[in-house]
Amino acid sequence: MREAPAGPEGRTEGGAPPIARRDLFRRAASAAAVAALVGAGGSSASGVEAGSRVRRWAMVIDLRRCDGCAGLGVPPQCSQYCNWGRFVPEGQQWLEVFQRELVADGPVAGAGYLPAPCMHCQNAPCVNVCPVGATFHAPEGTVLIDQSRCIGCRLCMAACPYDRRFFNWGEPVQPAQVRETAYNVVTQTPALRGTVMKCDFCTDRAAAGGLPYCVEACPRGAYWFGDLETDVATNGEEVVALSKLLEENEAFRFKEELGTRPRVYYINGHGEEAPRATAHESAFLKDRLEWPWREIAEATA
Amino acid sequence: MTAAPDLEAIVLAPLVGIGRRFLFLAAALLAVVLVGAGAYALQLAEGLRVTGMADTQNKQMYGIYIINFVFFIGISHAGTLISAILRVTKAEWRLPITRMAEFITVVALTVGGLMPIIDLGRPDRLLNLLMYGRWNSPILWDFFSITTYLFGSLIYLFIPLIPDLALCRDRLAGRVSPPKRAFYEIFSVRWRGTPLQWRRLATALTVMMVVIIPVAVSVHTVVSWIFAMTLRVGWNTAVFGAYFVAGAIFSGTATLILVMAILRRTFRLHAVIADRQFTNLGLLLAGLSGIMLYFNLSELVTVGYKLEEGEGFFLDSILVGAFAPWFWAYILGLASPAILMLVPKTRSFWGVIVAAVVVDVAMWIERYIIVVATLRVPQMPYTDLANYLPSAVELAITAGAFALFALLIAAFTKIVPIVSVWELRHGAPASRAAPEAMPAAAAVQA
Repeated sequence: MREAPAGPEGRTEGGAPPIARRDLFRRAASAAAVAALVGAGGSSASGVEAGSRVRRWAMVIDLRRCDGCAGLGVPPQCSQYCNWGRFVPEGQQWLEVFQRELVADGPVAGAGYLPAPCMHCQNAPCVNVCPVGATFHAPEGTVLIDQSRCIGCRLCMAACPYDRRFFNWGEPVQPAQVRETAYNVVTQTPALRGTVMKCDFCTDRAAAGGLPYCVEACPRGAYWFGDLETDVATNGEEVVALSKLLEENEAFRFKEELGTRPRVYYINGHGEEAPRATAHESAFLKDRLEWPWREIAEATA
Repeated sequence: MTAAPDLEAIVLAPLVGIGRRFLFLAAALLAVVLVGAGAYALQLAEGLRVTGMADTQNKQMYGIYIINFVFFIGISHAGTLISAILRVTKAEWRLPITRMAEFITVVALTVGGLMPIIDLGRPDRLLNLLMYGRWNSPILWDFFSITTYLFGSLIYLFIPLIPDLALCRDRLAGRVSPPKRAFYEIFSVRWRGTPLQWRRLATALTVMMVVIIPVAVSVHTVVSWIFAMTLRVGWNTAVFGAYFVAGAIFSGTATLILVMAILRRTFRLHAVIADRQFTNLGLLLAGLSGIMLYFNLSELVTVGYKLEEGEGFFLDSILVGAFAPWFWAYILGLASPAILMLVPKTRSFWGVIVAAVVVDVAMWIERYIIVVATLRVPQMPYTDLANYLPSAVELAITAGAFALFALLIAAFTKIVPIVSVWELRHGAPASRAAPEAMPAAAAVQA
């Protein structure tokens, strides 16, 4: 188990500035080597090869290590990197970190943090209700959205028990180089008005030997990304057997009783393994998350 | 007043000429419709961000459009109750009001069917429903159920119209404009009133009145299933189908009462539509109000007893919290027809009118609670969620929808007889071998 956050940048001191945007790309490059294991086997862009086994992507979030980045004095880095890396339209949090009371009216006041990406349910209520098949199960088990087909009825949003779907109510603002690309269903770029978006598990990055932005961004190594088929998972530092990670830590899935069978697992906790040196002064800075697209669009206009 | 020429004169009079008052009313309604259309044009240009719906400040992915959708589709059940269910049960007092009921059905389905399209983020891709439609989705069930009901209702409106259109063709020649004459000529489909034609008419009506009932029940059942097929608190309940069908007939009957009252007054149809029709419908409302109260009670008690987390939040918000004024107004509205009809003094024309107004308002509020209050139940540990308030654009489109409803009804009264002349004259077709054998105006009284 790690004691300190990953990377030499020294973000742990109170009041340190949030991770710079360029950092994101540096980390992305270095992590590619570590994560090569996950991408090993040279899967094609779709992740499907004739005669080969098909990936079954899964994520494990260790809540013992998650303090919502409050101890670091920065906004939740998973959400922030997701926003930056996936060009998430303003206001949407495909990966949202919730602060939750551990026991609603318990004797001890205590807060835990719950990072919530799309759960990529295997019995996905959103996929079930879509009238046009715009949201679907990819062969690797992820739930994706084809925004070029979506009619914007938003029934999937009403059906999602985790509120993990977001709608482009107006014309989404994104940098020109994103807006001008041809539509890509895996990366959901460019964002299209009147359609629904959500976390896509960054499978384009996984296929290229990388890790999802949230996994790379987490300074505590709380995120594990892996493949149920080859039974391997990594948090960017260590590589473990996924089944063992789940079993030994009694991993659970959020709202298991609904029968949605998510591909996102949690290890229960309340940030007890995150360094707590500045815990008393620390603050949960979710409201400082940024979506720089408007500034970029204005600057480049 | 049973003399046939009188009946004819009364019913055909509105079809000849258009008065100043009618033109003024139509122009006013059209103006409101155009304001709504303008608001929709703005929404098309700007996207749904011009509405009060959102998914970041609140989780209100549906709003007033879906409320109106359920409301109008509910009203459309007026026709089924009056012209199908009462026809099957041979309740003769329904005869003067079947036509109006069927027309309310067609108009309400038209206006209600527009609402989810207005609500779409990408209305330009509406045809994807046909190209990529999945039978697994409740939206597709709705799409086909509502369109089936609309076409079925158009047929069911048209078939009993044929003898009356022939009457218009024969009686109004020279008194109406050429296009209108051509309309009567074409749509009376060479009706001559031969015994064979009467037999075929009776057969067609018998088939349609039986077919339309399950279609109508399916419509509001699958409308409720859009909600009930999700895991949401307040929606995830088996009672929804039956509850929606009962609510639909409830609000449909109330709307029919109001339309009848307005048309009776406007066109002086007191000789045709008596107070008895109103009090009978009022008693129906009272019965339905008991059914609705029962559904609400069984839903509230079964979830309220156990108080699961989300259910507890929801019950708190509607019983004593932010939505309590709406909820109790709704419950009071539900109970009012039963109360008004129980008291002999208010078991009158005006008592029925008051009940009908209250029921329509209450049923709109019911849909408001179903859409807005349930979506306020947090599914994740949010710290704060904003309130949903419809924007000016949403309100303008809503006003436009109600104006369109009234405008289409008004236009209808100028084109076809609003009362079924031949049925009134001859009684129900199912109970008749040949029209000549029937006592004239058997059902007309007063």
